[in-house]
Amino acid sequence: MRTCLWVFVVVLVFGLGDGKRAEQRVRTERISGSAGDVLEDDPVGRLKVYVYELPSKYNKKLLQKDPRCLTHMFAAEIFMHRFLLSSPVRTLNPDEADWFYTPIYPTCDLTPMGLPLPFKSPRMMRSAIQLISSNWPYWNRTEGADHFFVVPHDFGACFHYQEEKAVERGILPLLQRATLVQTFGQRNHARQIPLDNPRSIFVYFRGLFYDVNNDPEGGYYARGARAAVWENFKNNPLFDISTDHPKTYYEDMQRAIFCLCPLGWAPWSPRLVEAVVFGCIPVIIADDIVLPFADAIPWEEIGVFVAEEDVPNLDTILTSIPPEVILRKQRLLANPSMKRAMLFPQPAQPGDAFHQILNGLARKLPHDRTVYLKPGQNILNWTAGPVGDLKPW
Amino acid sequence: MKFSLLQQSYMNRRSGSFRGASAPLDSSTDNTIKSPAAIFWLVLHGLCCLISLLLGFRFSRLVFFFLFSTSTTTTLYVTAPFRPLTETTAISSPLTNSVNDLPVRIPVINKTVSSSSRVVVGRHGIRIRPWPHPNPSEVMKAHQIIETVQREQRVQFGVKSPRTLIVVTPTYVRTFQTLHLTGVMHSLMLLPYDVVWIVVEAGGVTNETASIIAKSGVKTRHIGFNQKMPNSWEGRHRLETKMRLRALRVVREEKMDGIVMFADDSNMHSMELFDEIQNVKWFGAVSVGIIAHSGVEENLPNPAMPVQGPACNASNKLVGWHTFNSLPYEGKSAVYIDDRATVLPRKLEWAGFVLNSRLLWKEAEDKPEWVKDFDLVGENIESPLALLKDPFMVEPLGSCGRQVLLWWLRVEARADSKFPPGWIIDPPLEITVPSKRTPWPDAPPELPSSEKITINQEQTVKRSSKTRSPRSKRRSKRKHEAKLVETQVSARRSEQN
Repeated sequence: MRTCLWVFVVVLVFGLGDGKRAEQRVRTERISGSAGDVLEDDPVGRLKVYVYELPSKYNKKLLQKDPRCLTHMFAAEIFMHRFLLSSPVRTLNPDEADWFYTPIYPTCDLTPMGLPLPFKSPRMMRSAIQLISSNWPYWNRTEGADHFFVVPHDFGACFHYQEEKAVERGILPLLQRATLVQTFGQRNHARQIPLDNPRSIFVYFRGLFYDVNNDPEGGYYARGARAAVWENFKNNPLFDISTDHPKTYYEDMQRAIFCLCPLGWAPWSPRLVEAVVFGCIPVIIADDIVLPFADAIPWEEIGVFVAEEDVPNLDTILTSIPPEVILRKQRLLANPSMKRAMLFPQPAQPGDAFHQILNGLARKLPHDRTVYLKPGQNILNWTAGPVGDLKPW
Repeated sequence: MKFSLLQQSYMNRRSGSFRGASAPLDSSTDNTIKSPAAIFWLVLHGLCCLISLLLGFRFSRLVFFFLFSTSTTTTLYVTAPFRPLTETTAISSPLTNSVNDLPVRIPVINKTVSSSSRVVVGRHGIRIRPWPHPNPSEVMKAHQIIETVQREQRVQFGVKSPRTLIVVTPTYVRTFQTLHLTGVMHSLMLLPYDVVWIVVEAGGVTNETASIIAKSGVKTRHIGFNQKMPNSWEGRHRLETKMRLRALRVVREEKMDGIVMFADDSNMHSMELFDEIQNVKWFGAVSVGIIAHSGVEENLPNPAMPVQGPACNASNKLVGWHTFNSLPYEGKSAVYIDDRATVLPRKLEWAGFVLNSRLLWKEAEDKPEWVKDFDLVGENIESPLALLKDPFMVEPLGSCGRQVLLWWLRVEARADSKFPPGWIIDPPLEITVPSKRTPWPDAPPELPSSEKITINQEQTVKRSSKTRSPRSKRRSKRKHEAKLVETQVSARRSEQN
């Protein structure tokens, strides 16, 4: 069983209409070297993407059945599709394409409460792959190694919301050679609020520490890390942490120096994006997390990483960071290209997350020679996986 | 049928997040084979629920795993739940109960999934350090970090080259002078800018005022004005105007450079005011909230707080002034300073105006032509607008007057009120009458009469030392005395108790 790597290519958010700052007198710093320039790359001309024509039961009909898919946390898959359809990197000639995209919305199966059910997604994915492999020769040519899929959801293409089950299932066997873009996005998230208040909160966090509905004894949720934060620092005046839902959440983030981004049921969290957008240094407490564009953005220089076992010493760790380092991190965060790279604005703008995804794909080019299979060579096992996945969709 | 019930129960419990359950009953929903094992686990689940109902807490299903682990359970991935205990951390669980102590002893059943990831799936302990309180030196470091960040922010967002503030305050000795002047002084002490505080005192320079402003720590100029403050508000307004003009004359003669603002001693200034007036070029106006205190309850037509200041049109250009409407108070306003009726402000208070000090100089390079020469301005002017030939060249500050940055208030004591000079009670009061309703025991038990008098005196000294403790820094000698007295009294009290 392959481990489901938390391949976390992009973490994103919709920003609607930023308010323009009157005067940009902010001191910003560019990440020097190749890393910083990467955010300003233009993917147009560096890659070509071919979008398969799938029957609408894979995409449009799902949307028609449930339009909530457009506004829930994983709506990025839909907007990525729309962006690609009208982007200059799209090509209508599949022979010259570098990457192939399959417009399928696997998370668009929502419960009445609005949560996605991933149980039918493996079957949907499998049936889509069967369709493209039988109608076009490009899948069989490489067994999917030059195809990419957008798989938002807690554990991506493992298609389960429980960590252990997802780990056990592993990535869908048919997708094991493909590239997976795991992302999420939310509408009206992190609206820009210009504010020059002095930063007076040292550490800020709002969210659950114990998930009493699903894990009352504690110890499972967040692997005990959030509970450890609460138990150790609830009485510490430097730590402004609680389970409130204040209306001034974004304003408070702009008044804080450090924002905690601990893992929850899954290691990623919208808090990372919020922290970057509001200039609050993210303190990431999630072992083995892979952060977005990790090959391009030097996250250690921007945020603070704390191992889960070091949580009781969090205050020592944070106060022992030299002030010059903190100021440098804040300057890096103030860089507008960093904030732009985190957001999915509608309509798409240069430097935004859509373009960063394409940049990431372009960085993986050219494809290795071994990607192309010799005729008759078969790597994927079409009958692997739990029996229930093999049923037609 | 049972199967869908199970599914439903999972749906119901998933309200917002997902559970990492490790129970043996977590049969995957896409497993449609009903093995006898599955039925067995369902029955066990039911039993478990019944027991929980009786006992009142949830059993951890790990208990059952521990007792009944079989090889047919394929869904298990509970592994090494706890890291080994070290001396510096303690493990505790908030809702722990006796049954849940069992998981501590569960041996490693299945190995961790992959060797590349050090993340272990399953139940973890909640690490709590034994000494929960923050280390004070770390707290100090955190505050220093906050200060550094704020300084950097101020450099970036604040005023680029702050100019000196020249603050003009007319005052005179009276009961409430200490109260008001201390308020202004504290506001000025908080400023990150250079401040020159010109205090003009009616009735000449006195030690009283000098002692108050000496504590400010900012550069002060104490100027005496040799006229006594009259007892009527009308007279007071006129004299204050003269005093302010006197201060402006000093600015002119000494060619002080900076921004002149008028801080009346009973007004309250917000910190944003001082940041905002740094933006003035020549002559600016801010909105002043008028707190017209009415001693008598009246039904006024407009209960909202009146605001005096510049009025702008939609394109943020100055078109006029909001002034104070004194019609509702016609005939009912205070005439004498200690009247209980409402004290009215002027049409436009001086406090709402700021000017560049170069306007007052005899010669300045780019002095605009719409400013009159200071010598030509008389002494009976109503507001600083009389200094200008064209009142529409005034710059409205505070987002065109929409922000109220300071508040005008006039509160004075009765004319016959007396206060101890310097607010020091010296010598100790000779006649005291113990009050009937103090929270502490009034009269100590019967003692010979001479001792009783000294006790009373010490009690009052103790009380007065309490009232003047925030200001007694200069009087170290008296503090020592007070301390000795206090310890004596407390010793005596402890004997009594």
